[in-house]
Amino acid sequence: MEKIKADEHLVIIGNGIAGVTLAQRVRQGSDCRITMVSAESRLHFSRTALMYVYMGHMRFQDIVPYADWYWQEQQIELVHDYVERVETGDKKLVMREGVPLHYDKLVLATGSSAAYYDWPGQTLKGVQGLVSLQDLELMEANTAGIAQAVIVGGGLIGVEMAEMLRSRGIAVTMLIRDKLYWHNVLPQEEAQLVTDHIRQHGIELLFQEELQEIVADDAGRVRAIRTRSGQELPCQFVGITTGVQPNVEFLKDAGIDIDRGVLVNEFFETNQPKVYALGDCAQFRNPAPGQPMLEQLWYTGRLQAEALASTLLGDRKPYERGPWFNSAKFFDIEYQTYGTVPAQLAEQHQSLYWQNEEATKAIRLLYDKETARLLGVNLLGIRYRHDLCHHWLQQGYTLHDVMQELPAVNFDPEFFQRYEEALLRQYYTRFPERQPPSKNNTWWELRRRFGLASDTASC
Amino acid sequence: MHTAATLPTSPSPSSGSLNVLKMAGLVLISLGLLGILVAAVGADYLSPVMTGLGGTFILTVGALLYIWQSRRQKSPTEQNHGIWQQEATSRGASAWVIGFVLTGFYVLLYWFPDTLQGLIQATEPLSQWLRGRPSDQWFLYGTFYTLAILVMGVYALLKYRNSRYHIIRTISVMFFQLGFAFLLPGLLLMLNKPEYYFSYFWPLKYDYLFPGTVDYLIRDGAALGVFMVFWGAVFSFLATPVLTYFYGKRWYCSWVCGCGGLAETAGDPYRHLSDKSRKAWRWEVATIYPILGFVILTTLFLWINSWSEGRLLGDLSGGFASTYGFFIGAMFSGVIGVGFYPLMGNRVWCRFGCPMAAYLGLLQKHFSRFRISTNGAQCISCGNCSTYCEMGIDVRWYAQQGKPIIRASCVGCGICAHVCPRGVLKLENGPREGRYAGSPLIGRDELRILG
Repeated sequence: MEKIKADEHLVIIGNGIAGVTLAQRVRQGSDCRITMVSAESRLHFSRTALMYVYMGHMRFQDIVPYADWYWQEQQIELVHDYVERVETGDKKLVMREGVPLHYDKLVLATGSSAAYYDWPGQTLKGVQGLVSLQDLELMEANTAGIAQAVIVGGGLIGVEMAEMLRSRGIAVTMLIRDKLYWHNVLPQEEAQLVTDHIRQHGIELLFQEELQEIVADDAGRVRAIRTRSGQELPCQFVGITTGVQPNVEFLKDAGIDIDRGVLVNEFFETNQPKVYALGDCAQFRNPAPGQPMLEQLWYTGRLQAEALASTLLGDRKPYERGPWFNSAKFFDIEYQTYGTVPAQLAEQHQSLYWQNEEATKAIRLLYDKETARLLGVNLLGIRYRHDLCHHWLQQGYTLHDVMQELPAVNFDPEFFQRYEEALLRQYYTRFPERQPPSKNNTWWELRRRFGLASDTASC
Repeated sequence: MHTAATLPTSPSPSSGSLNVLKMAGLVLISLGLLGILVAAVGADYLSPVMTGLGGTFILTVGALLYIWQSRRQKSPTEQNHGIWQQEATSRGASAWVIGFVLTGFYVLLYWFPDTLQGLIQATEPLSQWLRGRPSDQWFLYGTFYTLAILVMGVYALLKYRNSRYHIIRTISVMFFQLGFAFLLPGLLLMLNKPEYYFSYFWPLKYDYLFPGTVDYLIRDGAALGVFMVFWGAVFSFLATPVLTYFYGKRWYCSWVCGCGGLAETAGDPYRHLSDKSRKAWRWEVATIYPILGFVILTTLFLWINSWSEGRLLGDLSGGFASTYGFFIGAMFSGVIGVGFYPLMGNRVWCRFGCPMAAYLGLLQKHFSRFRISTNGAQCISCGNCSTYCEMGIDVRWYAQQGKPIIRASCVGCGICAHVCPRGVLKLENGPREGRYAGSPLIGRDELRILG
């Protein structure tokens, strides 16, 4: 594919992490005209940080990573408007307020919004999801002066919402389909640990429960919900956190193939020439085996944008995500994961698992029973080095190789208690024939040996 | 394996609630403040020792009670709830009142110390006991200052109680203030030795290497005075570069220094008020390095003058020194540095004015093993790090590009790493080779903020 030309106009709809990263990376390699359109907010902000604005840790301007001067100096034009429709024949965007915008290349990075499942009463006042800036403003209004809230869904946005509501002293009940919190992602032990911790923070958790209907008061506001099992819970707010769905309605008549999201290949190309889609709103036509069709994470949005930028700059590369990673925080407990740790461990899976007595920290190293190959790492309350974990997974380390380098992987602050000892003890009990490492490698030695550092030195 | 049934599920009380003990704390704080007020204005009617010293004691007890209750109630992750929503910590009306009162106190202290006679008398027994001599405004100031660090040190210890780094660091600043900046100088006076602060060095304590001070120390302090001069010179020119090489500027700024000690304890509730804009950074480099230059020049002129016995420069160098003392020593470090805590954040002096910070910063930037590492591609650009950086560093700028943070101004307090919800940052000392290299797992901008 040819590199985007200097006189061409690249238009990006959406200024979330995917759209912004794309604009930045393309600008680094091209002088083309770049315009970013967003109806949500003129300036890009960190979506994952909305909760901190609600809790008063930050103001909205604090979750904006790049000030105005940055966009001016990078010559990236910002348009705060809503795209009514895309006319792919004329390569034109029809805007709600401004004049139509012509494009040479169009990138759809429109993100997603809360998914609803046709519950009775889901449009009542006081029922909402939390994805956009407008959702946050709505939540401020919806939760003013209320006493009880119910959150539907036991995932990451759900626990964020619970934390937000608790910061205002609102009683929170979560309806969770599984037997434990986030048990469709976390194995039993981790899910139990996190579940207990959330409870300790005063959140009521109802397991194996689902939403049946939302009940209104006379003013058309939520008064209570009824669960599938028939319980009625009084509440003045219902948080819908049962996943997200791509924002693609405005593309209906654009001649762009859509299923749940905009259908793309591994180059993020849609069926229309010069039109691409990525991030939350994109859906892979043929995902690699074992890979999801939709990747709706901050991190994958950024990685996808880096891959597409490379294609637009003339270096046509298929998207390869590399080893999975993710992170979150459940009240006081940080979570990191590297590689693949399934919720249901299979026959061929074996793990070294350790947790402290207070059940606030845990480490799981998952490996293949036959080959001892490292499959994934789960961490609760402990930080590991992403660069080194990535290297282990990328290079196909066995558990035995990992143990040789284990002390170097810790990323906890200075003076913190270290727990590698406990993990190593477990390891030598299980593999008594293995010898302790002849020398302890420091992170700095490994970083140099494996080249785990960028070559640019600009700062 | 724990099960849900074995764990307590007590709901945490809501953040705004006032329990009985908190209320008792507030009552004691009020009584203490009234006592201090009476000592200040009504020394003719009631013994200022009883009202002033007693009031200070009651204030301390009340403050500790209130702090203990309100901080214990919140889990570590809840400590910053509402900071930008409460007016005392978001430049609201009460923040301005506190700012004006603090500023006014500094004005009285520096230029109208006679107005503080009642309070000075209140500390008389303490001064006699510690130093064997009458109290003065500087002893009063030192007492309040030390007390602020100790009481608010408890606040910091509770607020950051899940981090050993912050526990040890906070105890360190409390120790150095109490021991090295309060008890030891007092004890030296008691023993008729020169008053000397072993935890302050040139160029912060600029006069410690002025010829006049050196003469005085050697004349009055005999062997001990010679040691003091030696100690000061060694720390300024040898220990400072060596320690900064190994640990960065934090060994001093957020572990030892009294200004830093106050900022990290009493100033902690205001750390998010520092200006993160590019303009502020431009101001910073435009003020702090000239001030360092001014101290170096002043010191040089004084020595040249001293060696030439006043023939070369006449009184010019003395004027130079007193100008610095007035504008920088008094105006900047005291009035603006502390008085403006509730308005401009807790490190205004350290960031824009302190010559020691400038000197340490140059060493840290160009001659140190210290950096704040970013963990691969884990940053979510949330901005907690930048918001809570008291030095106004846009930490996120680097973190979201996978770059290490190496900035002259960074005092290594470690709060960025503490408030990061994804564990992305780590203060560490490592080889200088590849110090600026970031993670290979993420793309980066070539753009530089200062351009």
